[in-house]
This record gives sequence, C-alpha cells and structure tokens, in this order.
Amino acid sequence: MNASTTLVYDGSFNGFLTAVFVAFDEKINVADIQKNDQSQSGLFSETETVFTHVEKAKRVWNGVRNKSHNAISNVYFAFLSEAEGVEMMLYTYIQKLMRTKNGKYLDYSDSTVLYIDQLAKKVGREKHRMEAFVRFQLTKDEIYFANIEPDFDVLPLISKHFRDRYADQKWLIYDVKRKYGIYYDLNHVEMVSLNLKDIHHNKTIKSDAFTTEEYEYQTLWNNYFKSINIASRINPKLHTQHVPKRYWKYLSEKKEAV
Amino acid sequence: MEYFQAMNFDRIREKLNILADAAKYDVSCASSGSDRVNKGKGVGNASKMGICHSYTADGRCVSLLKILLTNHCIFDCAYCVTRKSNDVPRAAFKVQEVVDLTINFYRRNYIEGLFLSSGIFKSPDHTMERLVAVAKKLREEENFNGYIHLKSIPGASDELMYEAGLYADRLSVNIEVPTISGLKLLAPDKKHEDFTKPMEKVKNEIVRYTSERKIIKSTPKYAPAGQSTQIIVGASGESDKDIMYSATHYYKTFNMKRVYYSGYVPVTHDSRLPAIGSQVPMLRENRLYQTDWLLRFYGFSIGEILNNQHPNLDMDVDPKLSWALRNLHHFPVDVNTADKRLLARIPGIGMRSVDKIIKARKFRKLNWDHLKKIGVALNRAQYFMVCDSRHWERRDLDADKIKGMILQHSSGKFRNQYSTQLSLFN
Repeated sequence: MNASTTLVYDGSFNGFLTAVFVAFDEKINVADIQKNDQSQSGLFSETETVFTHVEKAKRVWNGVRNKSHNAISNVYFAFLSEAEGVEMMLYTYIQKLMRTKNGKYLDYSDSTVLYIDQLAKKVGREKHRMEAFVRFQLTKDEIYFANIEPDFDVLPLISKHFRDRYADQKWLIYDVKRKYGIYYDLNHVEMVSLNLKDIHHNKTIKSDAFTTEEYEYQTLWNNYFKSINIASRINPKLHTQHVPKRYWKYLSEKKEAV
Repeated sequence: MEYFQAMNFDRIREKLNILADAAKYDVSCASSGSDRVNKGKGVGNASKMGICHSYTADGRCVSLLKILLTNHCIFDCAYCVTRKSNDVPRAAFKVQEVVDLTINFYRRNYIEGLFLSSGIFKSPDHTMERLVAVAKKLREEENFNGYIHLKSIPGASDELMYEAGLYADRLSVNIEVPTISGLKLLAPDKKHEDFTKPMEKVKNEIVRYTSERKIIKSTPKYAPAGQSTQIIVGASGESDKDIMYSATHYYKTFNMKRVYYSGYVPVTHDSRLPAIGSQVPMLRENRLYQTDWLLRFYGFSIGEILNNQHPNLDMDVDPKLSWALRNLHHFPVDVNTADKRLLARIPGIGMRSVDKIIKARKFRKLNWDHLKKIGVALNRAQYFMVCDSRHWERRDLDADKIKGMILQHSSGKFRNQYSTQLSLFN
C-alpha cells in the first residue's frame, strides 16, 4: 500500500485533468487534490505539485468523453462550480466511470454520480441565468458592456451563446467577482482583465462612459417592466424565486428596488 | 445605431406605457421552439429552449417585448380592456418605432424578440398587414434573427396569414372564450370561424412546409415554433371540463404547440362578467395547467381526469393525486419493475424522476433513500408504491384517509385559499 499523496495543481481545468492523469499513471493513492493557492498539507500525506501538461489533460478528457459525452460535460460543469472538495469528488467520479461498464454516469443511485450530476445541473442553471440576466450598456466607444457576478465561474460556458447571438456588435462581459472578462471584437472572443475604476451596476448617478441614449433606453425598459405588471396577481415570493435578490443590482429594470 | 431623436424619447415612453399595459393580459411569452440561426453575421438567433430575461412582480416570464401596435379597436368584446366602448387612453406605434425599440432592447440583452399584437383598426386585413410589415422589416432590413411572435388577427385573409408565417416564429389567435355560446354573449362582433380560419391556414402551411423540407433541405422556415392560443378562465361560467375539452380539441385539430389558460382579471364594469375587484382564479388556473401537462407529457387521456361525474378539478389536491385517489385499484406500483407509463402515474413522481428511476434501477434495486435523493416527493408517493424495502404502507387505507394524511403532512402554496375545505379532513 502506497503512502497517500496530496496533489497540488494550478487551479486551471487542464491542471486538474493533468493531476488526474498523474494519479492514474503513477498509481498514486490520492489523499486530496488541491489548488495551489489553497493547499494545506495533511498530517499523514505527502504533497506533490503537478505541472499542467495539455497533452496529458487531453488524454483524460478523451478517455472520459469516449465513455460518454454527457459525462465529460458533467465533469467540466461541476469543476466550474468551484465547490469545496469538488476535485476529489470528480476524481472518484472519473475512477468509477473508467472502472465500470458503460452508462455508469446514469447510475443515479450512486451518491457520487448523483452529486456530480446535481452539481453540474446547478452550474448549468447559472449559465442559463447569465444568458438571461446580462444587461449590456452601450459605451461611448461603441462597446456593449456588462458586469456580472455569477455564483459559479460560467464565463467560459456563455461565451459561445453571446458570440453567436451578437455577431455584429462589440461586447464585453466582465465577472466582477473573479476579475476577468470576455471581449468580442467582431472577430474573436478573448479573455481580458481590466482595471475597473468602478463597477457599473444600478446607480442613479450617470456615468460619462455611456452614451446619453443608453440611459434613455434603460428608462424605456424600466417603464416597460412597470407597465406589464398586473397588480391583482402580485406574488413576491414567486418573483424572487425566479429572480433572486443577489442579481438585482445588475438588472436595469430593478433600479428602484436596489 | 441610435434611431430616435433625443426629443422623441418622451413620446415613445408614453406610447410604450399604454401599449405594453394593454398587451399584458396575453399570458404567452414563450420564446422556445425555434432554432433560427444568426445568418450572415446579423443580429440575433433563437434559443431552442427559450430564455426568460426577467420576471414580473407576479412571477410571469418576461421573454419578449410584448406590445400592441395600437389599442384603437373597432370591436367591443366584453372581456377586453381595449374594447371600443372602454374609456382608456389610446395610442399607436409607427412601424419603424416598433422596429427600433425591438432592435435596441435586443442588443442590450433585455429580450429574446418581439411579440406583436394589435387592436383591430379599420379592418382585420389592414391590421394584419401592418403586423406583417413590422416583421418583414426586422427580418429583411435589420437582418434580425431573434424570435418574432405575431398575433393572427381574427378574420385576416389567407394571403396575409401565409406571409406572416414566413417572417414569424410563432403565430397565435386567442379564442379567449371556450364555448360558442359564451362567445356570442361576450364577443358579439366576432364569429367562431374568424378564429379558426387563420389557425387552419397556418396549420396547413406548416404541414406543407415540413413535408417539403424532407425533400428539399433548403426550404425556408414557416412559423417554426408553431401556433398557440389562449383561453380565459372564469369569465363566462364554463366548467373545467368545458375548458379542457376545448383545449384538447385545439391541440388535436390545429396541432397547437401550447394552449394558455388565463385567469380572468376584471378590467371593465359589465353585468356579463365578474365585477372589478373579484379575485383572480389563480389556483384554478394552476390546476388547469397541471391537467394540460398530464395530457401532454404523462400519457393521461382527458376522459380519465374530467368527465360527467367529475366536471371540475379538485382544488385541494393536484389532478394526478385526485385521479389516483379515485383509482386505488391500480396501486401500489413497484418502482423497480413497473413500466414508464405506470411510473408516471404515481403521485409525487414527475417525468424527470421517472427518467432517473428507469436509468438507476438498471444498476441496483432502488430503496426509499435512493428515491428521496433522486427527488421523488415521498409524502405523496409513499401511499402508492413499493420499492426495495420491507417498509411500505400496509394498512388498507381508503381514499379520504390517504388524502387527509397527505394534506396534513404537506404545505401547499395556495393552502390558505381553501382552508375552510381543509378543516373537513383534519
């Protein structure tokens, strides 16, 4: 029996997959898989740092994908949840997938499978929410700009949706919490980091970064939102269930409510 | 990219307030069912599953910019806020104004597209022509590939309905009143055929285009998200059976994608209708939607749920539980062996759980713990099923007893509305 080892990786998805590769390849008895900025050494385990290696990562990716497309997307989505301890759960999940017959990812009576499936669903829900709740504001240099603050790291997941849809306008979506954004320049989407002076959410003070028409359209949208309300059907509980309060500060129709 | 003159925004805002307010009683806001792609690097595409960009304070999805082109109307339908005799402020958008609003809202990711309806001015054809003009302009001049839902104006000609389907993703005519006698009473200007003729035309074109696409793949789309209609609930004294048999008829005869049920919100003083201030029948609306789902996704037929012995749905329990209580001889069902159709009939098990159960039970026999984690509502399901466990409901309980126990151990969102009935079972 090998002594157990904690694998430390750089926090990237490829880094994590490399760690999985190393664990399989070297038959390591894994105690934990941790990001390098949060690693804690265990009392009875050794620590080994894994350097991200795209080819190795790709082999794990392909191995899981050959088992099932659903499974690899579950792995990616669940990883982006940034949930505590998700790496170990994913490692167990991948182990189970590789060891058992095909279709293991459908075994909802296995607690690891069900956990990963439900976690991936949560991230999927957040992705869908961000596709809905992004509110672009037109800057004076003709870029449609939006701040978001999603529960999970969903920017890599929503990039395609926005690129397909808004193909003829420049746009930038910036994750305030994780301090990076995606920018579309009419040709490609690229990752950017910005030195934002202030976060552009619902403030009553107008920023001179945006066009005057921008505020006119926000007012129109805000008015529209009020006009479609049916007072005799009001149901605040259902409303906040669909639009949780933590998102309100980035929704222009919620300006007064914040 | 900015179209309105700065001074015009105030006037646009007034119009928007009037014409959005008048359109809000149409509950459909679906943007699903179309997979139109963004061609030629234009603006927009349709999301197959639809996206709700926001929700109103009453919890309805806001997916589309839902407005009337105008609320001027030559008709006088009793249930309608826009009726000719109602004293409300009137307004009308120009075609270009609707186009500009749609594009600018869309580019800011407020909406999935446009839902354009209208009061009927001059004539049905004159009105329909303007609606089509908006859609055509969006598609051809703005290269807009987002979602467009157009209202089919009752009485519009076949030619215009044909053209509408070339630009729109969805078309709908609201029949509003489920019975012909009710229609005579509440909308004396409209004939039943005025509603069904455009539906028939659109249905036939969809069938024709679908079969042509099988041979020629490049056949253009015709109303890819299909047709829908809306029935008002609680305006003309109809039973749940009247409503659901009528809905079933529209699903079958016109291949409707959706029938919407809209609890009547009193908007005018009229002796034929519930008075202003009467409660909106939201619970009843909810039960009708549940029934609609049972018919479309759970394999129930209408006669099992509503018939002459049971012309109205139970208000205190959902229609599936209500059916199960009347049909205890089908239960208990063994979740480890029963087929899909039977699993779907167990109260507390939805289609998602059915799917998970079928996949999971290939690996091992499922017990209560598995089922709970999968998401089965055991508080209801436990009386109607057995699984891999020695514990199940062995007592010979009758329907009233089971119903009482379920109600005692659960809480419903509408419970306070029928608390007087509930006390009977406690």
